[in-house]
Amino acid sequence: MALDKNEVKAVIAKRVAEELEDGDLVNLGIGLPSLVSNYIPEGIEVIFQAENGLIGLGPAASKEEEDPDLTNASGQLVTLLEGGCYFDTATSFGIIRGGHVDVTVLGALQVDQRGNLANWKIPGKLVPGMGGAMDLTVGARKVIISMVHTQKGVPKILKECNLPLTAKEEVDLIVTEMAVMEVTDKGLVLKELGPDTTIEEVIAATDVELIIPDKIGRFGL
Amino acid sequence: MNEAVNLLKDGMVVMVGGFLGCGSPKKLIDAIVESDVKDLTLICNDTSFPDYAVGKMIVKKQFSKVIVSHIGTNKETIRQMNDGETEVELVPQGTLVEQIRCAGFGLGGFYTPTGVGTEVENGKERKVVDGITYIYEKPLKADVALLFGSKVDKKGNVFYNATTRNFNPIMALAADTVIVEAEEIVEAGELDPNCIATPHIFVNYIVGGEK
Repeated sequence: MALDKNEVKAVIAKRVAEELEDGDLVNLGIGLPSLVSNYIPEGIEVIFQAENGLIGLGPAASKEEEDPDLTNASGQLVTLLEGGCYFDTATSFGIIRGGHVDVTVLGALQVDQRGNLANWKIPGKLVPGMGGAMDLTVGARKVIISMVHTQKGVPKILKECNLPLTAKEEVDLIVTEMAVMEVTDKGLVLKELGPDTTIEEVIAATDVELIIPDKIGRFGL
Repeated sequence: MNEAVNLLKDGMVVMVGGFLGCGSPKKLIDAIVESDVKDLTLICNDTSFPDYAVGKMIVKKQFSKVIVSHIGTNKETIRQMNDGETEVELVPQGTLVEQIRCAGFGLGGFYTPTGVGTEVENGKERKVVDGITYIYEKPLKADVALLFGSKVDKKGNVFYNATTRNFNPIMALAADTVIVEAEEIVEAGELDPNCIATPHIFVNYIVGGEK
């Protein structure tokens, strides 16, 4: 039974959330990665950073809570949790580059077996800029890529990225609706399979040879 | 406000505080959009949205070059870049703010791991320190900084509310002339000295304050 669009996102976000540990400082990218905050496992408390200058990021602001002075890194009106705080951009990137962010979750255009990531530019087509993504991938202790496995059937997980890189050899884990893959010195290891997904399907949708261990886990909604 | 706008001359390098418009001097920008100043170089986190904050100056084509980390929210910046009308230099956000900080703090640049092995590294010096590879980035200064403060006292001390702070207190040190648009102007002594993020010595002009 195929997952619908929203189920795909939910499956990925929920599985990524399971990677988080109590007390982690986490920075979520825009789009799919931002959904991870909806699935934090019970009993675990994580702190979210927004690179425009806060830690203790709370949910989106309700109509009554809206304050134009308080936004996240996408410019959306948000809230600050009790104990949260603000700082300037230099401090914010000191937190990021200095290795004080435990986990960042980002999307990708392409990611490869060496942990190279491309997510900021398609030459001649799309050049939004890298924003804070290059600093986050270099600085965060753990870099998780969360994305739909292919771009409408075209593999995004490759032997070698051919789009301009965001960072070199910084990705640690890739989570899609089909699989969880770990980047190792030897290559990509298939750790878990998504709902109703077979090893053969993952291999067919991935443009690099995977290391397949004897035991493979499973995740789902 | 007009006096502040007249400080801007064609060809100047201008820093603008704010992050997607949050913490940008929007009234001052509106006044600049009404003026004919042009060929400016922008240093800012982003180019905001076409109808918001510094994005309006993009639409008015007042910049010949922009140095920012992100242009994805402003279609007009992308169009001007693709049509060769405006030069766009994209810089990683953490590198951009640190370049500005270095200029204001009297430092000759810095080595950062950000951008190593990417096209950001092109033409830059590489250095390995204790086994980690870094690239060298230069300081970045401006002729004028256009900033925003939530509360500014009459001496020029600035308090920034919530996430309006962002680049503002960093840019305050990195430009020859610093203009702060105040959301509210208060008497000297009214701000808690513990909450002042930009000391008054950096501020040359205060505008706005009509709350």
